Amino acid sequence: MIELTINNRKVSVPEGTTILDAAKKLGITIPTLCYFPNQKTKANCRVCVVEVDGYRTLQTACSTPVAPGMVVKTNSPKALEARKVNIELILANHDARCLECSRNLNCELQKVANQAGITDNPFESVLVMQDIDDSSPSIVRNPNKCIKCGRCIEVCRDVQGLNIIDDAGRSADMGVVPTFGKFLNDSNCVACGQCAVVCPVAAITEKDEIGVVWEALSDPSKRVVVQTAPAVRVALGEEFGMAPGTPVTGKMAASLRALGFDDIFDTNFTADLTIMEEGTEFLTRVKNALTGGKATLPMITSCSPGWINFVEINYPELLDHLSTCKSPHQMLGALIKTYYAKKINVKPEDMFVVSVMPCTAKKYEAKRPELSVDGIHPDVDAVLTTRELARMIKQAGIDFVNLPDEDFDNPLGLSTGAADIFGVTGGVMEAALRTVYEIVTGRELPFDGLHVKPIVGLEGIKEATIKIENPVADYAFLDGVEVKVAVASSTKNAKVLMDQIAAGTSPYHFIEIMGCLGGCITGGGQPRSADPDVRIKRLGGMYSVDEAKVLRKSHDNPYVKSIYEEYLGAPNGHLSHELLHTHYNKRGKA
Amino acid sequence: MKTKNEIIKTLVTKRCGVIKPDSIEEFIGAGGYQAVVKAFSMQPEQIIGEVKASNLKGRGGAGFPTGIKMDAVLKAEGSPKYIICNADEGEPGNFKDKYLMENDPHQLLEGMIICAYAVGASHGYIYIRGEYGDSMTALEKAIADAKANGWLGANIKGSGFSFDVMVHSGAGSYVCGEEFALIESLEGKPGRPRNKPPYPTTAGFRDKPTMISNVETFSNIGIIVNGGGEAFKAIGTETSAGTRLISLSGNVKNPGVYEVPFGVTLADIVYGLGEGAPDGQKIKMVQLGGASGPIIPPELLDIRLDYKDLADEGISIGSGAVIVIDERFGMMEILERIMKFFCRESCGKCTPCREGNRQILNILNKFIACKASEEDIKNLTSICNVMCLTSFCGLGQAAPTAVLTTLKYFGGEYTGRLAAKS
Repeated sequence: MIELTINNRKVSVPEGTTILDAAKKLGITIPTLCYFPNQKTKANCRVCVVEVDGYRTLQTACSTPVAPGMVVKTNSPKALEARKVNIELILANHDARCLECSRNLNCELQKVANQAGITDNPFESVLVMQDIDDSSPSIVRNPNKCIKCGRCIEVCRDVQGLNIIDDAGRSADMGVVPTFGKFLNDSNCVACGQCAVVCPVAAITEKDEIGVVWEALSDPSKRVVVQTAPAVRVALGEEFGMAPGTPVTGKMAASLRALGFDDIFDTNFTADLTIMEEGTEFLTRVKNALTGGKATLPMITSCSPGWINFVEINYPELLDHLSTCKSPHQMLGALIKTYYAKKINVKPEDMFVVSVMPCTAKKYEAKRPELSVDGIHPDVDAVLTTRELARMIKQAGIDFVNLPDEDFDNPLGLSTGAADIFGVTGGVMEAALRTVYEIVTGRELPFDGLHVKPIVGLEGIKEATIKIENPVADYAFLDGVEVKVAVASSTKNAKVLMDQIAAGTSPYHFIEIMGCLGGCITGGGQPRSADPDVRIKRLGGMYSVDEAKVLRKSHDNPYVKSIYEEYLGAPNGHLSHELLHTHYNKRGKA
Repeated sequence: MKTKNEIIKTLVTKRCGVIKPDSIEEFIGAGGYQAVVKAFSMQPEQIIGEVKASNLKGRGGAGFPTGIKMDAVLKAEGSPKYIICNADEGEPGNFKDKYLMENDPHQLLEGMIICAYAVGASHGYIYIRGEYGDSMTALEKAIADAKANGWLGANIKGSGFSFDVMVHSGAGSYVCGEEFALIESLEGKPGRPRNKPPYPTTAGFRDKPTMISNVETFSNIGIIVNGGGEAFKAIGTETSAGTRLISLSGNVKNPGVYEVPFGVTLADIVYGLGEGAPDGQKIKMVQLGGASGPIIPPELLDIRLDYKDLADEGISIGSGAVIVIDERFGMMEILERIMKFFCRESCGKCTPCREGNRQILNILNKFIACKASEEDIKNLTSICNVMCLTSFCGLGQAAPTAVLTTLKYFGGEYTGRLAAKS
């Protein structure tokens, strides 16, 4: 342990601790801007500077390790003045029209400026306004807001392994731009939005669709239907001050009704449906493979649109490995505009489907021309991120925290626990195994709490082997087969498994891939969080929602059963293929 | 007034202009590479001991004790270890490394070979400023000749020690003279500084232990090994050992590179060697070290060239530039040029340097237009201080030095340009 003095108080911390963390132990929060939990130390912004005895210069608390006997002053006049000047310098090159900014009152720069007591900037603005890049349907880059902290660069390069954006130019010309100054949509960006999650200001944001949703809600000729993805319910509460991972399903449904949506459905319903479709597809492929037919294995899940963008761009030759299932919200959109429209006798063109997603890539996905049942009307008309829904709820003045719980509407609002865990890495695979194993063996998946332990958790790549014994007659060919599955989250980890497939060395039959590390719980549309443990807390929330349900297996969903009986026919049947399945495009690299 | 011969002491430059720089034979004939032979007969710790005893400090500007640096690299864990010669010499007003490389390139190689042997390095790079084509040609020839003669490569002169050196061209970036920015650049990345610690001695090039030093520093090593650390320490002053190469330029009758022992005064350099300003002009100010150095009035020229004496006045001579400015030139215009330089050369990584330089320039422009206020003096001082205190690397910390020192020594130039109060 290292003992040092901070603001005249002694503190003991382990060797290697930074001044920033040592101060936290004393209840002192040193303002930071470029610092971000679980990222490398950048020490670019120079906001966290403190005075350390014996040093000529001020030291950045985020990057300076403690030393025995070190004497630190975090709030000396010298440190306070320097911090203030550095923030003022940033503000002088920032489009500081805060009142017209989506990050107003939710902006890290605003927060530190306020903390530093800045009321009047002595430095003249040197901002040279640049064009906003809104080429992508998912992400908007506003260079006029960028403070060059480098968080987005790091998450894109080190977490996602993509390297789409980097800093270019020097000095005043330094800026964060896509490769060769391309528009984002012309780059190899997969629209995952991880950059938007870590941005401290409004330099990278989701493309705001709140306006079109309000417009639809106020249009009396529109039947406006909303659906919510699994991971939204364990994160939305954070926007209202609740702890990460707190399930707010009931409040979410209630607030959506209060916002004026006509039908409150749950993407979870089609998550269950996905298991039926994807499970059937998998078993068909395995059967073909084992009975001498043609089949592409491993089969890979297709519900993460960032992942789909990634594979279309980077592995266009391997698209046959993808399940042809649309992602759950696109399936639900298709069913709403066909099955449900017919049921309530509304013309499909009068239906407006809004998906609330933890994801920015879903915005891109919804605009894909192939995701339309009639080639004219999209399955989904607008996609809101979790953050955007929170903004709408705030705009409407809804007291979210005190709202009594309400339920989703039926029939497309009922789901099993298997659907909830679609929101975490490993969840889709576990949900699929719960159903597939039972179809094949006639018995329940023989694991404690139905959880496939090796694929539960936040590791980037996980694998499991399930041995099939005593299958039912239809699947006798599977007797003794060891089914190998793998799960990866983040495009960087996906690359590892894809390179194995490309090299012909993949040992797996079935792979689940999510574009973002940890799965949808930390998708690009989720609330921004400085909590270093946010992933594990939201993961806990997802499994708690699953375990609280009576029905835990997708094939047990009564409305899933009835939709097959009364409308779709059999899984992977003709109508299923028309409404619930899609194809992929060999895009290749830009 | 001392004569030129009384001021000059040729140690590092003793072969310059005497031998043909492109002749390894002449270098060897003049005692070259003997230090390598001697070093191979010594233990690495002994060599480092001599360098420590010599009190040699880095000639790049920061003045870090070279022996301590070598010791750190020797003791650092990791393999391979690297030797990098910082020959970026981008600081305006400095041209002494160019002089050394083009007049005695083998002396530099000699120093690098000895250091490599002492710290256990197997590879060396000479990162040469992109504009220095002649220096690159000279060193490439010297390296080829040294290899052909067995002074570089595998098993040097049967010692069992192998070491290879490559020349790497810079690409015009000033900040690449900063050691970590140079290393990043050498690794093929944009030239931007890294966080310290860890220092290059433990995690430098490719995150391996690296000794990175200036051309002049390496060029002193052979002299120390040959003559011993104590003899070297006897040259100069109590607090500063050896000689310094001075790049004298600006408004002096005799600009050029001069080698002087520590202890001579700045006046010896400016008046004794440079013979003062031409055309009967009066010297108005002298900038030491280069664009990032202090600007002092002629009254301060009696200060001795000595790390301690200069530090006591709060100034430094950096890598040895002395730029003389006579009364024909306006201070504000000179400062404007300096700040434009830093506005262009900041890498943009950290806030104070990226944003501060141009704010300084903006305020200077107000003084130039005689539209400044008292508030501008306050803001100028404030930015300069914060840049010095909080910039990520030496560039940003030193960029406002000229402004800060002129605020101190030439305050009247600022107050004389305030907007007339109506």
